Amino acid sequence: MSKDWPLWEVFVRAKGGMAHRHVGSVHAPDAGIALRHARDTYTRRMEGVSLWVVPSAQITASDPAEDAAMFDPAMDKIYRHPTFYDIPDDVKHI
Amino acid sequence: MYTTEFQKSRDRKVAAIEDPAKLAAFEARVAADEFIEPKDWMPEAYRRTLTRQISQHAHSEIVGMLPEGNWISRAPSLRRKAILLAKVQDEAGHGLYLYSAAETLGTSRDEMIEALHSGKAKYSTIFNYPTLTWADIGAIGWLVDGAAIMNQVPLQRTSYGPYARAMVRVCKEESFHQRQGYEIMMVMAAGTADQKRMAQDALNRWWWPSLMMFGPPDEMSPNTAQSMRWRIKRETNDELRQKFVDITVPQAEALGLTVPDPALSWNEARGHYDFGEIDWEEFHAVVRGEGPVAKERMKARRAAWEEGAWVREAAAAYAEKQAAREAA
Repeated sequence: MSKDWPLWEVFVRAKGGMAHRHVGSVHAPDAGIALRHARDTYTRRMEGVSLWVVPSAQITASDPAEDAAMFDPAMDKIYRHPTFYDIPDDVKHI
Repeated sequence: MYTTEFQKSRDRKVAAIEDPAKLAAFEARVAADEFIEPKDWMPEAYRRTLTRQISQHAHSEIVGMLPEGNWISRAPSLRRKAILLAKVQDEAGHGLYLYSAAETLGTSRDEMIEALHSGKAKYSTIFNYPTLTWADIGAIGWLVDGAAIMNQVPLQRTSYGPYARAMVRVCKEESFHQRQGYEIMMVMAAGTADQKRMAQDALNRWWWPSLMMFGPPDEMSPNTAQSMRWRIKRETNDELRQKFVDITVPQAEALGLTVPDPALSWNEARGHYDFGEIDWEEFHAVVRGEGPVAKERMKARRAAWEEGAWVREAAAAYAEKQAAREAA
């Protein structure tokens, strides 16, 4: 039984002006082959103009079990949103 | 291309020892149509059922390349050859999307491939039938991919995020598969008497196995209720099978071909076609590995894996050498 090649996460830029977006992953022994596998697997129909591959092991992710503590502080800072402020209707362009 | 859930559930005991509060929160999220992502807490039985379903689905895509790959070198024109090559390459891609999705549940690619090659893992029964003539390539695209689409469209809303996203990609690509198959059937059905006979013969042989692709009838499918509750499955086997028959029969009529089922008739009251009894003995025999070309398929898979070993080894050795050179 052989060992799996390392896993790489694949990101595709659909066209100029757009951000790279995560589309999936591939196994590959090195970055060059990861790029080729990513091209063959995720861009067979002109889905992109640029590819990134990143070793999956290099990604640090937040823990979903901790998401309340991680993301909740924003909830009590509603003054960060424009709708928090009452401005009379006859005041324009604001 | 398609999956059927084969194994019987042995998950009841595990469910009992799960943390009831976590289980309740999980069930509520799924019931609210939220997606479950890889690092989220999930019941072991959910993880196991999904791993089995997604890996069987992946295996089906990979084995599904064999009956069609068989015809690439004998395609009747360069156009047909290029199309068939692209389709078979898509099937490989679909297998890879699905293996990646299954891996997020904690089973390695290597373990899954080993399970396929050892015969422990199942794949769709449809691929254990032989492709005897070029018309079979038409019938597979039209019927087998058609049945696959019917099954996969609802899976785009399945509860497990990576599986749902893989299904979105697969469904986008699958429509080409079905249309190229139907086009082959159109050409043959409108061709010489011999060609029309071949098209009818292919329909005769692929019709019933295609209906079996939806899996056993609902009353014989013990996992359906649980899978529906967990949104792993969104419609029952019989519902999907009926939908498939309803849309496919008019397509056969448009070709001027006859569906090989004397019991087939439009039921005005139900608003659906009634159709004949499926030979479930045959289905179960094929699941057990007694399909006409089951042994040949696995032999071809294992040979491809073993004969490609030197390429994998060379790529790994090259990567190692490059890394060592960079470190120096």
